[in-house]
Amino acid sequence: MSHALINVPKAVKRGQVFEIKTLISHRMETGFRAGTSGQLIPRDIIQRFTCTYNGVEVFDLKLSPAIAANPFISFFTVATESGTIALRWTGDNEFAVEETVPITVE
Amino acid sequence: MDEAMTDLSHPPGTTRRVFLVRSTGATAALVLGAGALPSSPAQATPETLEAAIKGVIGNATPRQGKLTLDLPPLAENGNSVSMTVSVDSPMTQADHVKAIHVFNEKNPQPHVLSATLGPRAGRAQLSARIKLNDSQKVVAIAETSTGEFWTASADVIVTLAACVEDSPS
Repeated sequence: MSHALINVPKAVKRGQVFEIKTLISHRMETGFRAGTSGQLIPRDIIQRFTCTYNGVEVFDLKLSPAIAANPFISFFTVATESGTIALRWTGDNEFAVEETVPITVE
Repeated sequence: MDEAMTDLSHPPGTTRRVFLVRSTGATAALVLGAGALPSSPAQATPETLEAAIKGVIGNATPRQGKLTLDLPPLAENGNSVSMTVSVDSPMTQADHVKAIHVFNEKNPQPHVLSATLGPRAGRAQLSARIKLNDSQKVVAIAETSTGEFWTASADVIVTLAACVEDSPS
């Protein structure tokens, strides 16, 4: 249902600080807008985004309705060892998506 | 245009001319006019912005300097405005940025985002795209592990406001 795009360098050097860019499709309905019938459209947003690197949490973001639709989030982390980076988005209406990407540290 | 003007509840003594001078051109006036329609939701105000900041940092006084808030001065579309927050920090175990918070002045809610990071982040920087309901001030605050607070703010002029109408999809 939801498609996530993740941009992580394939290989990094140990100790290097690298950027992780993510984009996920989600309408991020604020709950403050009226639909065609004049009724408020109920809120439907991603509330939380977390990134774990080999099980250790390196980034945690709380989102609000003020985040644009199809949230783009980019942040940095330090390359420690090869393994997996897990990204998790959770939100209203039991929205939950988890994606993992491998990372090779030379 | 005139109809939208008369709907505005500007303070007494504000003539139409003064109002026009204050509003930054016809487009901004139009955005303000749309904001004054009875169906629009309540807006956050500078007071709620301050209350929201107090709720996060308590009585600490944030200082200017190490935090950079990158936002375009003029945003064509308030539905998606690119924002980058970065803090000048060594990001070591002893001295790192613990949290970054972003607030706004005039969206329905003052909170934009709150990020938790640590020495594993390597660099205290994040980017996201945000919604802005009106031309307004955006404030970012960073908390360091040494108990310091850094702040920066940016004023953004928004020509097409977010949140006002349902998309045609």
